[in-house]
Amino acid sequence: MKFKSTLENYVFVAPAVIIFAIFYIIPFISVFQLAFFDWDGILPTKIFVGLSNFKEIIADKVWWQSVWQSGYITLIALTFQNAVAFLLAWACDREIRMKNFYRLIFFIPPVLSEVVVGLVWQWILNGNYGILNYWLTQFGLANLAHNWLSDPDTALTTVAIVHCWKGFGWGFLLFLAGLQTIPRELYEAARVDGANSWNAFKKVTIPLMIPVVVLVAILTILGTMQVFVLIYTMTGGGPGYHTEVPVLRILASMRGSSRFGYACAQGITFGVILCMVSFTQYLVNKRAKA
Amino acid sequence: MRSTIYYKAKKTSENIIIHLFMLTVAVTCIFPLLWMVSSSLKTQETIFKDMSIIPKALHFENYYQAWIQGGFGRYFLNSLIYTVAVVIGIIIISSLAAYAFSRLKFPGKNIIFFIFIAAMMIPIQGSFVALYVLLNKLHLRNTPVGYILCMINVGLSTSIFLLKTFFDKMPKELEDAARIDGCSKFGIWWNVALPLAKPVLAVVVVFNALNVWNEFILALLIFDSRPLMPLQVALITFQGEFVTRYPLLMAGLTISIIPILLLYVLMQKYIVKGVTQGAVVG
Repeated sequence: MKFKSTLENYVFVAPAVIIFAIFYIIPFISVFQLAFFDWDGILPTKIFVGLSNFKEIIADKVWWQSVWQSGYITLIALTFQNAVAFLLAWACDREIRMKNFYRLIFFIPPVLSEVVVGLVWQWILNGNYGILNYWLTQFGLANLAHNWLSDPDTALTTVAIVHCWKGFGWGFLLFLAGLQTIPRELYEAARVDGANSWNAFKKVTIPLMIPVVVLVAILTILGTMQVFVLIYTMTGGGPGYHTEVPVLRILASMRGSSRFGYACAQGITFGVILCMVSFTQYLVNKRAKA
Repeated sequence: MRSTIYYKAKKTSENIIIHLFMLTVAVTCIFPLLWMVSSSLKTQETIFKDMSIIPKALHFENYYQAWIQGGFGRYFLNSLIYTVAVVIGIIIISSLAAYAFSRLKFPGKNIIFFIFIAAMMIPIQGSFVALYVLLNKLHLRNTPVGYILCMINVGLSTSIFLLKTFFDKMPKELEDAARIDGCSKFGIWWNVALPLAKPVLAVVVVFNALNVWNEFILALLIFDSRPLMPLQVALITFQGEFVTRYPLLMAGLTISIIPILLLYVLMQKYIVKGVTQGAVVG
């Protein structure tokens, strides 16, 4: 009876475990196997090459350029995007009208797909027919108008800004939720003690918001480092390699040059980089708390 | 007296500045979508010249053309089928598992749950390469079933976590009552636990629906044949083939976001809840 009951309990988790084992665990393990082989994805024979894929990555200039570029986008998202998100949340936390309207609007970009966002912005930023350049010309700023996405000097920053446009709503919602948990009495107490709004912000808001800020920072870093669909849609990594990011490189190794082993090695390298970033942040966070 | 006026004036001017800032950002959020709809109503000739936001002549026939000739009707249906199938699958599979993790006893329970949660934390970037190879081996590539199973797997961990957290807090009395009435375990799961979990299920439904509808990379790798493609991949393919047919592309984009915006406006409450809860998880 007991045995039958336990067996019945396993039936509850069986579908989840089976799907998870096939579509998560097995690929996870085989990434680590494939990374040591040279394989085009089709032939039945895989050639064992040891660590040579990883050695090649160390010398792969485009790869490191792509890592650096995703770091650059992350830096912009961390500072610019989160600063805007925080300001908006702070403004929305006050007694103002249309609060719900703003909240509704600010979260529209995050629910859209990256493909839609990429294609629409590509059209707006189009060098010849885009409305941005049209407006710049109309307002006498014709010298600013250029092909935003195919100029190597501006492509990466433009992509980063569009990424911020798509993502700031997340930070906004989280900051707002955090601000709303701060008891109003604290602000009143500060005011009674003669603090102006800036001092209240500095002494009450900021210290209480540090955990939320750390959380948003972690989510921003992990989310932005892995960005690629937006870029795939807007520039495809070009001009040249100027907007390449690691996940795009992995995809290119797999689909472009049919080097499945190399793609897996790149995936592992990038996973290690991400873990190192998270760990560093964890250490910094721990030190900040102490 | 003077100080009240001063205080009020300061307050008003502060509010004006705040509203200006918020409105600017709001316009920036809305404008790309407006421009997309506007462009979708222009013709092949006017789209490159007419820079007005409300075009002089509205060409609604673009939508008809996009739906029929552009094939977006077909792709829309595909996306809808995949989304519904995946969401139903996730609801059933994850609520069964979450209920077991929360209420039932069996050896290995904690370690299995731990593995599910750990999977949420570890980013593996190369996994789609291996997944592609695996699907090829299983002859599931380029099949709806393969895609649906992959997407169920993507949403599983978070959904299980959210539901288990809810079940843990659920009072046991109702289940006990049902058990005394002779309800089986599956009966309790279906008749007691699931109806009580409706608010969390709503969060699970909204997030997974958005996620599947907007998913791109797995769909790109899995589907070769055009009639099976969901909207996101079809949009990219269309853009790649008909670079200059912007009105139709814009109409296709508009079609693709209508369900998303509807879902968002109707379920906004659950999205806010999900973001704040989900973030604590990840």
